[in-house]
Amino acid sequence: MPQIFHHSTNALAKTTIFGAIFILVAALWVAAEISRSSWNTGQWVEIQQPVQFSHKHHTGDDGIDCRYCHTSVETAASAGIPSTSVCMNCHKQIWADSPYLQPVRASFSTGKPLEWTRVHDLPDYVYFNHSIHVNKGVGCSTCHGRVDQMPVVYQASSLQMEWCLGCHRAPEKFVRPQDKIFDMEWRQENKTTAEIKDGKSLVNTNHIQPAKVLTSCSTCHR
Amino acid sequence: MADEHQSDAPHHTTVPVIDPGLTFASVTDKISSIVLKRKTPLAWFIGFAISFILFQLMMLAITNLVFVGIGLWGVNVPVAWGIDILNFVWWIGIGHAGTLISAILLLLRQQWRTSINRFAEAMTLFAVAQAGMYPIFHLGRPWLAYWLFPYPNTMGVWPQFRSPLMWDVFAVSTYATVSAMFWFVGLIPDFATLRDRAQSKPFQIIYGWFAMGWRGSARHWHRYEMAYLLLAGLATPLVLSVHTIVSFDFAAGIIPGWHATIFPPYFVAGAIYAGFAMVLFLTIPLRKFYGLEGFITMRHVHNMAKVMLATGLIVGYGYVVEAFFGWYSGNKYERYMIWNRMHGPYAVYYWALILCNIITPQFLWIKKVRSNLLLLWLISIVVSIGMWLERFVIVVTSLHRDFLPSSWGMYQPTQWDWAMFVGTLGFFFSLLFLFIRFLPMISIFEMRTILPEAEVEE
Repeated sequence: MPQIFHHSTNALAKTTIFGAIFILVAALWVAAEISRSSWNTGQWVEIQQPVQFSHKHHTGDDGIDCRYCHTSVETAASAGIPSTSVCMNCHKQIWADSPYLQPVRASFSTGKPLEWTRVHDLPDYVYFNHSIHVNKGVGCSTCHGRVDQMPVVYQASSLQMEWCLGCHRAPEKFVRPQDKIFDMEWRQENKTTAEIKDGKSLVNTNHIQPAKVLTSCSTCHR
Repeated sequence: MADEHQSDAPHHTTVPVIDPGLTFASVTDKISSIVLKRKTPLAWFIGFAISFILFQLMMLAITNLVFVGIGLWGVNVPVAWGIDILNFVWWIGIGHAGTLISAILLLLRQQWRTSINRFAEAMTLFAVAQAGMYPIFHLGRPWLAYWLFPYPNTMGVWPQFRSPLMWDVFAVSTYATVSAMFWFVGLIPDFATLRDRAQSKPFQIIYGWFAMGWRGSARHWHRYEMAYLLLAGLATPLVLSVHTIVSFDFAAGIIPGWHATIFPPYFVAGAIYAGFAMVLFLTIPLRKFYGLEGFITMRHVHNMAKVMLATGLIVGYGYVVEAFFGWYSGNKYERYMIWNRMHGPYAVYYWALILCNIITPQFLWIKKVRSNLLLLWLISIVVSIGMWLERFVIVVTSLHRDFLPSSWGMYQPTQWDWAMFVGTLGFFFSLLFLFIRFLPMISIFEMRTILPEAEVEE
């Protein structure tokens, strides 16, 4: 009887059997990388807005405080998107005729708000409150990155749950003094022993709940 | 049936495990011809067609379920585990006989296992496939079922390792993997036989592919037998562990009727009981239909009936202990649970269960009953139904009235619950029909080893 399979299939069979484990591990690694990539999370992706508004210019160059526009950040769940009239506080005086600001003026005259595109969009099953974070020592740049250096704002963090838990499990690594919350240049993470020691004392003075409470399901999924 | 009764019956201890007239060649011929030479009987087509239509019903039920959600089923508080979880336990229990036959009886050197192990393992594998679907679709969002596995996920959390439901994931997936491996490894030499005997090129290639280059050299056999023994050793603890862990799903809960220490042994015995009932239910018509009486002799039938009787008695003991525990605990919720089982709205299920699972198998004490294939076949059906009722009593009756009368409720399976159940039966039998058509349902090479011809003088 002639051979059904060519001699080389022996080698092929051995390779596939021994290779299976590596192929499987590699496939899992690829899946893990893809799910964390900016393709999936939207991290680092600059989002174009209806107005060519530069955070770099307004915050970095002009030194406007975050709260001038995001007024409710210390008191409410949402940091707040400024109404067109806030823009017009300045822009009826300066750059009042700039073609870049045409949509802003149109919005102001018609009363129809500008439709900004949301950059940081948490899933609806997550409860998030800006005020508690800001009041307990989490600075803007910890999550949002150096907005003062972003001409076009992008999502600086992955916003994946493991990222949230990174701080909720060890808040002392990220908290900062209350007068540095809006300081864009303050360190994003407490790394040295001394810094972490400061972080721990801030956790105490700010009465930040222990990790057991911070990582309880219903803290964020209510 | 009648003439068989006369020829095979009373002296079952002297009935051999294989027809003494068979030889190496005739064993191979007889078993492989079912797959390769004999014309596929019309009854096969009819049986497969019916099973396949029911399988389509399952696909319909699942599709509808995924689009609509599990509100389609009758489950709701307080009975959040309905016949879907019940069917999971039922199917996974059925699988246990296969593993017991193939692994434990192999290690115990019980020769009679050889004729039925291939078939019973296939049954295990197909039953586990049915079982696995229920908890996955019970999740409601089955596409996220992989969350059950511990892997470095983007949520930064691990599954709850302290939950028996988590252990169940490991128990069942291990069980499915080891059963599949064991079955496949057991098939390799037979794949080679089929490859060598197949007439058409495509079949030679397909069987040859699965035979993985098997040539039957001494070195092959040496390694093969070691691998097979190791797999048997791996599978052996699974016979006990899988259903123990399934029982923990209940026993770790605090619901009266679930929270009992008798559960693990009682579940394992019930699983083997149900499994042997299913093996008997399947082998009795098969051996008749394909003329395999020389391979699956009355010795096998008797042995299986005895295993059924023994495990049936353990299960009966379980029921008695449950009732005793309810009384002896002095706990009014436990007592009410037992009272409710016997007199509550689902009492008819309880008494039907006692009839099916405790009273019916008592007939197996009688040798004449054990020798009557038709009666045995009917008893195996009754036991299968009984084991289904047992899980109904445990799952539904315990849940529907717990501690607070204000949270009591009733449960009624919907047509989609039944469609899913009947559909999985269809899927199960479709797979079995394909199995008996395309694979040797009895292990050819192992049968050859128990022939008188194979005895070696040392």
